[in-house]
Order: sequence, then structure tokens, then C-alpha cells
Amino acid sequence: MQVTQWSEALSGWLMGLGLPGWAAIFLVYAVGSFILINYGMLSVLLLIWITRKAISRIQDRIGPNRVGKYGLLQTVADAAKLLSKEDITPYEADKIAYNLSPILSVFGVLMLLAVIPFAPGLTGVDLNVAALYVVALGSIGIMAALMAGWGSNNKYALLAGFRVVAQLLSYEIPLVLAILTVVLLTGSMRFGQIVEMQSLHVAGFNLGLGWLGIVMPGALIVFFVSSLAEAELTPFDLLEAESELIAGFHIEYSGMKFAMFFLAQFLNAWILGAVAVTLFLGGWQGPGVGLPVIGPILGLGYFMIKVYGVYVLQQWIRGTFPRIRIDQMMYFAWKVLVPLMIGLIVAQAIIQKLPTPVAIQYVLIFIANVGVMAVVAYVLQKYFREEQIRTKRSFEPTSLIGGMQVSEKGTMY
Amino acid sequence: MQLPLGIEVPIPTFEQFVFIQVALLTAVAALAVVTSRNLFHSALALTLTFFGVAGVYIFLEAEFLAVSQVLVYVGAIAMLIAFAIMLTRSMMFGRTSPLNNQWGKSSLFAILFFSALLAFARATPWPAAGEEVVADEALIGQLGREFVTTYVIAFEVLGLLLLVALVGAVMLARDR
Repeated sequence: MQVTQWSEALSGWLMGLGLPGWAAIFLVYAVGSFILINYGMLSVLLLIWITRKAISRIQDRIGPNRVGKYGLLQTVADAAKLLSKEDITPYEADKIAYNLSPILSVFGVLMLLAVIPFAPGLTGVDLNVAALYVVALGSIGIMAALMAGWGSNNKYALLAGFRVVAQLLSYEIPLVLAILTVVLLTGSMRFGQIVEMQSLHVAGFNLGLGWLGIVMPGALIVFFVSSLAEAELTPFDLLEAESELIAGFHIEYSGMKFAMFFLAQFLNAWILGAVAVTLFLGGWQGPGVGLPVIGPILGLGYFMIKVYGVYVLQQWIRGTFPRIRIDQMMYFAWKVLVPLMIGLIVAQAIIQKLPTPVAIQYVLIFIANVGVMAVVAYVLQKYFREEQIRTKRSFEPTSLIGGMQVSEKGTMY
Repeated sequence: MQLPLGIEVPIPTFEQFVFIQVALLTAVAALAVVTSRNLFHSALALTLTFFGVAGVYIFLEAEFLAVSQVLVYVGAIAMLIAFAIMLTRSMMFGRTSPLNNQWGKSSLFAILFFSALLAFARATPWPAAGEEVVADEALIGQLGREFVTTYVIAFEVLGLLLLVALVGAVMLARDR
């Protein structure tokens, strides 16, 4: 099925009206990026509302309910408050780095919107290296965090900046490897084609349920966990633990600059969810997307439902999981996720070279995924059991009495 | 376009107009790398230069190369440079001068090198524009195939080099 891109259709229409080619393309892309960027910025209002409502429900609270219906306008009020706050620049701050950092962090996230396929034919650009593009733009966020930490002229901010770099660089590797499994299977880095591959035709009707997450649940789980770390969400939000570090690398920021970091963080969580949906959960695929007129609208609906579903799942985890320590964070990335992914990739590469039909290969890949996950779960369980015995031994009552200081006369200090 | 003095100025096409902007950005950022008085600002300008080069690659319709450029140079090299600068305390706080006592000789050599480059660039018979190139996706596939066939030794040696560097770093950072 050849889907016409919205940009081609619109610029063709404009050229039909008599505009020169370059002007038509420029106009179409300008309007398209304007709509996309404003959608991204405005959807953050909704995302913050979802977060607050979801976490409130988990903590047995009601959440914001005063401003607007169901408290929907609470974020608008907060934004107005942040706008009216004093903009502080710390003493002897590096002005260029300090002022550029919030802009860069939002820029790096908004650029990701360009390659997300929202519906059949509704992608900013159907880039042929979209999967790599997503990874490459992650490095801008890392640079922004480092610049914020450095520019603030505050040693705690700088230390937090280093922690951000350590975490984001570490979790980028399992993230890339998880994307690689999809690229290996589909043979394309083009998001449009990856989504196209996830259709499931039964008797000529597109059920749209051939999701890659079903074929490789292991890669899906690793991608999801690493995307939680990349978005600095709760098991991995040790970078900006609000109660302990007072927001880490952006400790010195106030007013709208602070709000921009928050905007980037919420939008990043949503977009990484969108990438997860695109790669593993079928993107806009769903029952009936192949239909002529109603198909694209259905596709957009499926995509939004899936992405907001993943977002709510992220918030659910945020509301229930405890925060991990930095050594546990590094340990988990390098000693659990990376070996797991390398095992999966080796298994998948071998399976895809087997002289069997594609359907049998899919089944084998599924079995390999489950097998590798089971091995990792077994090893982890063994490790944690030993760890439990070790910690228990160091807290045993005998050792406590033995360790007490007893004077020569027999009286205790 | 006709200017009053009778000088003919060619109107750039839209692509040329954007290219001039990207090229100017790259050149100005590269200049800022060497003229900036703060070493960290030099590193930031270098990052901007890397972005500009990625933009030039996009003009050459080499999207894969452009994205790899951002991934490797901005994601890894620029970060490495920033870390290296932050570890050198005196450079971190003091304002370093971009000149030292060798600036005269080095500028002479820079000019010589530039003129040699220019001469080579003018003498090379560049392939004409509009020549047939492989389509985008096939190009990436071809690149991958070349890596494991024609250039397999260079590719493997590079991998080995990275592994050695990794082991070396672990050996240095290990607490005994």
C-alpha cells in the first residue's frame, strides 16, 4: 500500500494553484512545523494534568480540581505564575551556557516530533534514518544538561550535570540496541516502513495487529525501561529527586527557564512513548486502518490512544516505584540490560539467517526473547537472594552484641 | 538582479540561500572556536561547527552521514572535550588567551596549508552534479555491505582499537 505523504499532497495542490515549486514546499513545511511544534508545546499542558491526576489517584488524593473543569486549567495558572517570577542569573554564571541550555533542551525534544508517524501519510518527514535520528538528538539533551550544570556556577549543579550525563549515556546503549532489533527485523530505519510492516492481513483485510512487541517482548521491555531512564522518570529520577537534590542540574534556574526544563522533560517522556509505540506497538496500525477514507482518522485515533496509554503507564510506575541509587542505576544498565540486549541481537541475527519461512522465524525470535529474559530473571533472582543473605548476616543480633564495647570492669559504656 | 552601479548579482536559488546560511554558521562557529577567550565556549562553538557540517551533509543528500555526524561528534566527541576541559581546573576558571608565542609561525603555516588545500580543490576534477547516485535506503545497505566485505580489516581493527581503549580505561579507573 503506497501512502501519499501529506506534504506531497498539499504542495501538489498549492502548485496546482499556480505557486512556484520551492514556495509551495516551503509554505507547506512552514505551516506543518508550526502546527507540530505548537501541538507539542500545548500538549504538555494536558500531559502535566494527566500526571498530577494519575499520581493523585495513586496516592489517594483528588489532585487539582479548582481551576477549570476537573482542574484542567491548573497548568495554565501555573505557567502564568512562572512567567511572573523573577528571572535570576547566578553570580558569575557563564551567561552563554546558562541561557542557552533551557532552549537547547526544548529544541532537542521538539525536533524529535518531526519523524513521529501520527497516521498513514501524516509524518513531518519520513526520514530514511529516522531511528538513528531519534538517538542522535538525544545527545543534544545531554549537552544541554551539562551546559546547565556548568553555566550555573554551582558545584552541586555541576555534579548533578555529571550524573545526568552518566545516566543518559549509559541508558542510550540498551535503547540503541533495542532499536537495532527492530531495524534488523524490518530491514529499515524509516519509521513509516516500520509501521507498515506491522500490519496483519487476514483475508485481504488489515487487522493491524502484527505488532513487533508481540514478536519480541524482551526488546520492548528493555526499550521501555531505558526510555524511562532517558526521560528521567521514576525508578530513574535520582537525577532530579525533588525532595533530596532540589532538581539537580537546574537548581539555579527560576521562572520560565525552569519551566522550559520541565516542558522538555514531560514532552520527552511522551515522545519516547510515541517512539516505543511506533517501533513495538504498531504505531497507527489497528483494525480497519486500510479503509479508504476513515482509515487515516482511525489510525490517528489508535496512535493517540496507544501513546497516551503508554504515558499513563509511565505515570503509574512513577507513582508506585521507589527510586534507585546511582550505583544500582549503573549496575542495571551495564550488567543487566546491555548483556541481555546483546544476547537477544545475537540470537535474532542467527535466527534470521535460518532457511525457514518468516512465520517460523518470528516464532523462534519470540522463543529466544522469552528464553533470554528467563535466564536474566534467574540470574538476577539468584543475585538478589545472595545479596539478601549478605545484608541479613551483617545485621544479625549476635554480631550486634559482639560489637558492643564492654569495659574491663564489666560495665558498659 | 541589477544593482545601480551596473554590477550583475545572481539571485541565489532557495537551496543556495539556505546553504549560504548553513555555511556561514559553520564558518563563524569555527572562527569562534579559535578566537573565544573561554575554553568552554570554544568547546560549545566546536559543537555548533559539528552541527553545521551535519547540515552540509544534508545538502549533499547524505542523511545517514549527517545523523552519524551528530551522533558521534555531538554525542560523544563534544562531550569528551567538555569533560576534559572541566577536569583541567586552571583552564576552567581562568580566561585563557587564544594566542601564545608561536602564533606568528603557526599562522604562516595555516595560510600555506589553506592555499595548498585551495589549489588542490581547484585542480581536482569534481564529478559533475546530477550524476546518478544510489537511492537513499540502498545506500545504507551498500555501506553496511562494504564494511563487512571490502573494508572488513579496517572495520575490525577499529573495533579492536575501541576495545583496547575501553579495557585501558577500566584498568585506569579500577580501585586496587
